[in-house]
Amino acid sequence: MTVPSTSSRFKANVSQALADERLQGALPHARNFAGARAAAVARLPEFEALRDSARAIKDHTLAHLDLYLEAFERKATEAGGQVHYARDAAEATATIVDLCKARGARTVVKGKSMISEEIGLNAALERAGIAAVETDLGEYAIQLRDERPSHIIAPAIHLTRKDFEAEFRRAHRDLPADRDLSRPEQLLGEARAVLRDKFLSAEVGVTGANFLVAETGASIIVTNEGNGDLAQVLPKVHVVVASIEKLVPTLNDAAQILRVLARSATGQDMAVYTTIAVGPRRPGDPDGPEEWHVVLVDNGRSAMLGSPFKDMLRCIRCGACMNHCPVYLAVGGHAYGWIYPGPMGAVLTPALLGVAEGGQLPNASTLCGRCEAVCPTRIPLPRMMRQWREREFARRLTPAPARFALGLWAFFAKRPALYRLSSDLATRLLHLVGRARGRFSWLPFARGWTRSRDLAAPQGATFQSRWRAKSGRVK
Amino acid sequence: MENVVAAETAKPPTRVGLFVTCLVDLVRPSVGFAAVKLLEDAGCEVVVPSQSCCGQPAYNSGDRATARAIALKVIDAFAGCDYVVAPSGSCAGMLAKHYPELFADEPELMRQAAAFAAKCCELTSFLVDRLGVKTVAARYEGVAAYHDSCAGLREMGVKNQPRELLASVEGLRLVDLPEGEECCGFGGLFSVKYGELSDAIVGRKASDVAASGADTLLAGDLGCLMNIAGKLQRQGRAVKARHVAEVLAGMTDEPPIGEAAARVKP
Repeated sequence: MTVPSTSSRFKANVSQALADERLQGALPHARNFAGARAAAVARLPEFEALRDSARAIKDHTLAHLDLYLEAFERKATEAGGQVHYARDAAEATATIVDLCKARGARTVVKGKSMISEEIGLNAALERAGIAAVETDLGEYAIQLRDERPSHIIAPAIHLTRKDFEAEFRRAHRDLPADRDLSRPEQLLGEARAVLRDKFLSAEVGVTGANFLVAETGASIIVTNEGNGDLAQVLPKVHVVVASIEKLVPTLNDAAQILRVLARSATGQDMAVYTTIAVGPRRPGDPDGPEEWHVVLVDNGRSAMLGSPFKDMLRCIRCGACMNHCPVYLAVGGHAYGWIYPGPMGAVLTPALLGVAEGGQLPNASTLCGRCEAVCPTRIPLPRMMRQWREREFARRLTPAPARFALGLWAFFAKRPALYRLSSDLATRLLHLVGRARGRFSWLPFARGWTRSRDLAAPQGATFQSRWRAKSGRVK
Repeated sequence: MENVVAAETAKPPTRVGLFVTCLVDLVRPSVGFAAVKLLEDAGCEVVVPSQSCCGQPAYNSGDRATARAIALKVIDAFAGCDYVVAPSGSCAGMLAKHYPELFADEPELMRQAAAFAAKCCELTSFLVDRLGVKTVAARYEGVAAYHDSCAGLREMGVKNQPRELLASVEGLRLVDLPEGEECCGFGGLFSVKYGELSDAIVGRKASDVAASGADTLLAGDLGCLMNIAGKLQRQGRAVKARHVAEVLAGMTDEPPIGEAAARVKP
């Protein structure tokens, strides 16, 4: 079962987020990503060409996804791994829970993985009596708070350092009260000390994958903390859970996309750790798991392949779109109500949950286009948001008052002569009403605007009417 | 005023259709007349075919059929023009980038829409890029911040053209806005449908404008200007907002956006 959503209550979520002073105090941190990305891009003259290349690699793979999935399965199996296919969230979690149960696992350590959030893996493990421990620092903190990530690469971007400290002091009961946790590295040290025991005692490690390489059967993850490496090397069983669009044909392809991934995400040239795993420990290997499993999750992706939303499957989860989104930067990720926030979430959520549940998200955009301008695989996010609006409109899910107003406007807009006459009357009238101040602070049909902003009053007669009066040149 | 616009291209286009945009038509006709002056000073013949709107409210609300019907009317109305110029990056973007998308499945109409799209330009980029205008003869005393509207910037490549022209305005000093590529939160119907969100976004932009030290806010799109000006006014800030065409044409007798005319006793 896919995790529950509040995306359909987006407006209420927005009100709550805007009134949340703690959140509003933390959100400005997310603005740092844009400057870091710009600097990284400026240092790499071939960046735009690399974006084209990344797009081409993903498009090619998606066009032949069946072949690459089979090739990956063959190679991963040859390397001694086991590949499992899961049609949906329920099958995926059942597969992983069964693997854990069969090994008598009581603790699972996890690297950060959005697909595991999407399928609700932690809750499924807990229902089976298995403790799932997040090992990414941000994920660990929000797990303590029983929250979901608010950003796909910086899951705790909605928290400040002070929030981390408070959470650690609450959860780590043996922590001396006089321990200094005022600096980020001290927080990291504290989390490391606690997590080290978990890494050593866990029977199973679960990680996501940034890439699955068909050529070799390998999975690749990038992290900045090294926790992913420990999660996949120390436990006896390593389970990779990945959605099917993570496939790339070759290691060289993965290397090309890696060149745009971290730069787009955090402005780093490369993430601190890029870890390649293929198969379990071989005889003579100094370390590694005894078993290596890959759970390939569809959960709605294959249905997107033949749809207008196919391009969304190029997404490499860098987060650049949300880092540059005025809506995301105003309200943060939780307001989007499900797993994926920002522009990529606004397109992906209705694709995975249906337009009735997720349809608010693609509407709540100014279509400013900055997301597409920074997307490393050039996903036409605004176009697809508009396409969701078209589906919503076609299915008559658009609210009736909005439909009526649009219909009334369209009646005039399609009849320019009538439009000219009626709009001229209307603007003259509004001019008379608003003349004294030059603007309105309240108008009945524009309350969404005038509640917080003044609205300029018309200058009087319309341009077309004045032009015609002046020169008779309106044809 | 003397006509000293330097149009350096050999032969300017004869006939420019002004796509006045619905906001300029309804709210601020003076911008339309400023655009006409700039185009005529550059040697163009300006015509104004009967028009309503570019269709964006329908297009961005998912009502493709209405957008398509309006697009056909617009294409037809401007049939006799060499160029179609709009004092707006957003409307120009609709005509130049999105009309062809509306007819993706209809090859003959698609061809017409693409031919029409190729004629469509935003005002300042038309003056600079197509006509080679480098300077204007205008004077404006003040410190101005120029806001890049999203569609102008990202769909129509409007960035340096207005700044280049503004640099020739006597008495005017331009300052940069921080995070200048960030949206003002207008987004057409978004500003009303998601008023609270739109307000949160424009609140930040208005603060940036106020902090820039500018006494005047300029932009190439009336929608963004009404949004930011409306917020500045609600915040009680004294920044004047004008469309860039008004300043470039030296036509700043009308009060700034959202301000009342000085009372003249009859």
